[in-house]
Amino acid sequence: MTADTFSKGLWRENPVFVQVLGMCPVLAVTNTAINSMAMGLATLFVLVMSSTLVSLLRHLIPKQVRIASFILIIATFVTAVDYVIQAISVELHKALGAFISLIVVNCIILGRAEAFASKNGVLDAMKDALGMGLGFTFGLLCLGGVRELFGSGSLFGWHVLGPHFEPWVLMVLPPGGFFTLAGWLWLIELRKGRAT
Amino acid sequence: MKALLLKGAPHLNSERTTAYIMWHVCWALLPAALWGIWSFGLSALSVLVVCVGAACLADFGFTSRFHRLGSLSDGSAVITGLLLGMTLPPSVPLWMAALGSLVAIGLGKHAFGGLGQNLFNPALVGRAFLQAAFPAAMTRWTPPFLSDRFQSFLAGSWTIPFARPQLDAISGATPLGLLKFDHMSSHISDLFLGQTAGCIGETASVLVLTGGAYLALRRMLDWRIPIAVMGSVFVISGVANQLNANYPDGLFMLGSGGLMVGAWFMATDMVTSPVTTGAIWLFGVLIGFLICAIRFWGGLPEGVMYAILIANATVPLLERFTQPKAFGGQP
Repeated sequence: MTADTFSKGLWRENPVFVQVLGMCPVLAVTNTAINSMAMGLATLFVLVMSSTLVSLLRHLIPKQVRIASFILIIATFVTAVDYVIQAISVELHKALGAFISLIVVNCIILGRAEAFASKNGVLDAMKDALGMGLGFTFGLLCLGGVRELFGSGSLFGWHVLGPHFEPWVLMVLPPGGFFTLAGWLWLIELRKGRAT
Repeated sequence: MKALLLKGAPHLNSERTTAYIMWHVCWALLPAALWGIWSFGLSALSVLVVCVGAACLADFGFTSRFHRLGSLSDGSAVITGLLLGMTLPPSVPLWMAALGSLVAIGLGKHAFGGLGQNLFNPALVGRAFLQAAFPAAMTRWTPPFLSDRFQSFLAGSWTIPFARPQLDAISGATPLGLLKFDHMSSHISDLFLGQTAGCIGETASVLVLTGGAYLALRRMLDWRIPIAVMGSVFVISGVANQLNANYPDGLFMLGSGGLMVGAWFMATDMVTSPVTTGAIWLFGVLIGFLICAIRFWGGLPEGVMYAILIANATVPLLERFTQPKAFGGQP
């Protein structure tokens, strides 16, 4: 494989900003930086583990039932993550809610399993999954940071904008997610010279 | 030899340019805006000035940044700013007013492609943004005709940008708020003659009505839209009031809140209202129905803003349903 198996997911093929995949958690749980971080890391773990396993089993899984098999593998790791988060912090588990279970249907994970892990060796699949997962976490943090900063005047729970800041309630509500994502996409396309 | 002038259709030109109509809408809004300044004082004046100024600045910035057609002299930015300012409470901090104008012009107008391209009324987009972002400041009302209104500003006005506004010593409630939360009705004459608390430009329903009627008579807005809105609200609330006296009657509904401003100046926005006659009536009745639904059964006391925004979204669909059949076309 080429040298950028790992690094392409970080920026050039970033899942959030370039592939625009897995928008459900991107829009729904990025209301604070902490939630974004937790969601990103949970997805990263599931992505790496399932890609590794899919790559290991790629010669055993019959072509006709591969999607069902991938989903089964992914669901196993999502269940594990679900219990682990519940054990670490019930509060965080409540904040992320159903979106932890919904990692199962996150199209990035299935997409990497189908498009990459099932066709490449274990080491390459791990590198690819790690890059994509970190890129996804980075994307979530970009949204979560901006939304928490405007929506609560804080960053990772620290009140960086002082006690007199008037929070923009809108930014922690669903529309804030759409506005922030649109803003980031515009800025990135602007930087690439593809938008005016 | 005389030069032969070749031109494409249309060959008949109306004197009525965009700018001509826009500036007339501005003049028609002025009586209600001046009444707002008279009843709420310096703070109301500064909110209007800041809204119009910020809208013009933002429009100038976006127009040159994106190389858009249109300019400040066509008055569209002034109308957006003025309408936004007239639908804000007098004590709203000026930085919020400026931010609302920026969102109205940027998100409401230029994100869709500039003048004539927007799906939603820009002023209402700005107001909806402010309402969702700062619900506390947007529902803090000031009673009209305070004795020191021309000597001092309200406490919230000059808040440092991005800081939490100070609370005013005296606060009031709008007639709709009183009705919804305290079950108190207001005098119909107070509602129409601008004696109540409310947004800067919406209290004097009679002045808004006059300005709108002038535009309708000069054929600068479609009279069907306000008539459909007001008629459907009057009928629905009249029936509801007959069935259950807890619901307000038709005249109260027409005179309270932003109904007049919404019906005459916001729903009739030429860009965001339908063009086919059937769709125009449907559009107006839909707005009227939504206003009643939100006011009667919603959590908020006022629903004109959301009613018009939702109806704006249905315009392409309504127009599709009501396309006239071309002569000789298939039935």
